[in-house]
Amino acid sequence: MDNITEIRFAGSGGQGLILVGIILAEAAAIYENKNAVQTQNYGPEARGGSSKSEVVISNEPIAYPKATSLDYMVALTQESFSKYACDLKDTGTIITDKELVTDFSAAKGKLYIIDMVKSAREELGKLLGLNVIALGVLVEISGVVSKDSIEKALMKRVPKGFEDYNKKALEIGFRLGREAKKN
Amino acid sequence: MSENIKLMQGNEAIAEGAMIAGCDFFAGYPITPSSEVSEILSAKLTKKGHIVIQMEDEIAALGAVLGAALGGAKALTATSGPGMSLKSEHIGYASMCEIPCVIVNVMRGGPSTGNPTLPSQADIMQAKWGTHGDHAIIAITPSSVNESFYETIRALNLAVKYRTPVLILTDEIIGHMREKVIIPEKDTLEIIDVKLPDVPPSEYKPYNYKSGKVTPLAPMGEGYRYHVTGLSHGETGFPTAKMEVLQDMQNWLIDKIYKNIKDIEKYEETMTEDADILIVAYGSVSRSAKAALSMARAGGIKAGLFRPITIWPFPEERIKELSKKIKKILVPEMNMGQIILEVQRAACNNIVKGLNIVSGEPITPDKIYLKIKEMM
Repeated sequence: MDNITEIRFAGSGGQGLILVGIILAEAAAIYENKNAVQTQNYGPEARGGSSKSEVVISNEPIAYPKATSLDYMVALTQESFSKYACDLKDTGTIITDKELVTDFSAAKGKLYIIDMVKSAREELGKLLGLNVIALGVLVEISGVVSKDSIEKALMKRVPKGFEDYNKKALEIGFRLGREAKKN
Repeated sequence: MSENIKLMQGNEAIAEGAMIAGCDFFAGYPITPSSEVSEILSAKLTKKGHIVIQMEDEIAALGAVLGAALGGAKALTATSGPGMSLKSEHIGYASMCEIPCVIVNVMRGGPSTGNPTLPSQADIMQAKWGTHGDHAIIAITPSSVNESFYETIRALNLAVKYRTPVLILTDEIIGHMREKVIIPEKDTLEIIDVKLPDVPPSEYKPYNYKSGKVTPLAPMGEGYRYHVTGLSHGETGFPTAKMEVLQDMQNWLIDKIYKNIKDIEKYEETMTEDADILIVAYGSVSRSAKAALSMARAGGIKAGLFRPITIWPFPEERIKELSKKIKKILVPEMNMGQIILEVQRAACNNIVKGLNIVSGEPITPDKIYLKIKEMM
């Protein structure tokens, strides 16, 4: 099962994490011809409540569709960070935000604490697009799909008129990821 | 990249499969985790000029589907457990009046409202016995998004071929997960269309209990006159209480399915040839079982997997055969033990154990592997 990569986006309902999971799975399945399965968990609420989106990527057929030991986790709430960090492999990586998470006592594996909210506020002018920034960071750090594939998959999902905004968010993510890797 | 390669949800695959199979009528009442079927068909089927109706409840939704099917439509409805309870009344009507239709149940557990956003396999016995009276049913349990697509096509075919309700039982995992599907060209698929009877209207008898052949259901408005009632009826459809007709009718409702079981049943076997322990699993749990199988083989245990794709009628002959050489059987299910009853009946001299997890989380491969080790 070595060539399986398991990724989880975790946060709260409304952050757009299920969508970025779908985009990542599409990048892998459609643009890189790998096998990918995307699943999700959420409560009955439309907003708020915990939400997670998982992507399993492999060159082989994928039997069990959910993540069991994570290679990568993006956590965008304190609750999801503390609750799910334990699902990480010892060699796994957590990507989280400097403002949204402050208690890192549950941390495991490699930890990246990144200024995603701050960058969204300063460079995009609002928090809309935080999910795409996080997606960019993940792709830059993990290399699980190419930047070209993720951009194509993103553009296919973005509503008309928001292409540039999302491309900018993705670029911010790539840059933050690059900077984080250097440190 | 081909336009035909899509990453889609299980529910979306059901909608796409229905459309390519020629489904031209949908009526439903939205319910999690099945609503995407209704959502997608209402957007796409109507664009093809076909009809989609959101009815006032699930009973009415299946009523509309049956009405459309009597008019010659290939009709489908989708729901989840609580809706299935309501539809049960009309499933009986569809069985009795031999009206083809497909009912999708994306299982979420219960009883009653249960857990709308969590998976379950707790409606397996309901599928067979949910409506009152003796009848046979066809039910299919796909285990992937791709299979959801192809099995929906097969479900619509079987419904027309055997003039019967066909149930597709998926669960929240299969319904909501996204996987790759390669949409085929329509002309590469076997599609059974609604046919006119091969006799003139004056000789048409819609309920032929004795010939052993399924008479096509003539669409209303084509000049074939017959009566439709839930009362026990004779060959023209008018009510009867004649004892011999009642017996023939009841025999026919069972026989038309069970005497054609070889055509209807479908299953997949993995590494059963040399197995010392057999896992019987269906739907999303069969995926965990497949992963557990690899773990067991790697750990030196010869495990095999039997996966029913048609769950009703249950493939008991094959289980009986396999149980002659494989003495231990494990049946993991996301319910308190339903299909295990059929397995125990078919493999009555064997050790058959269940693994029943109903916490709302899928059964993980390691839990199945642990149980396999425990049984060896």
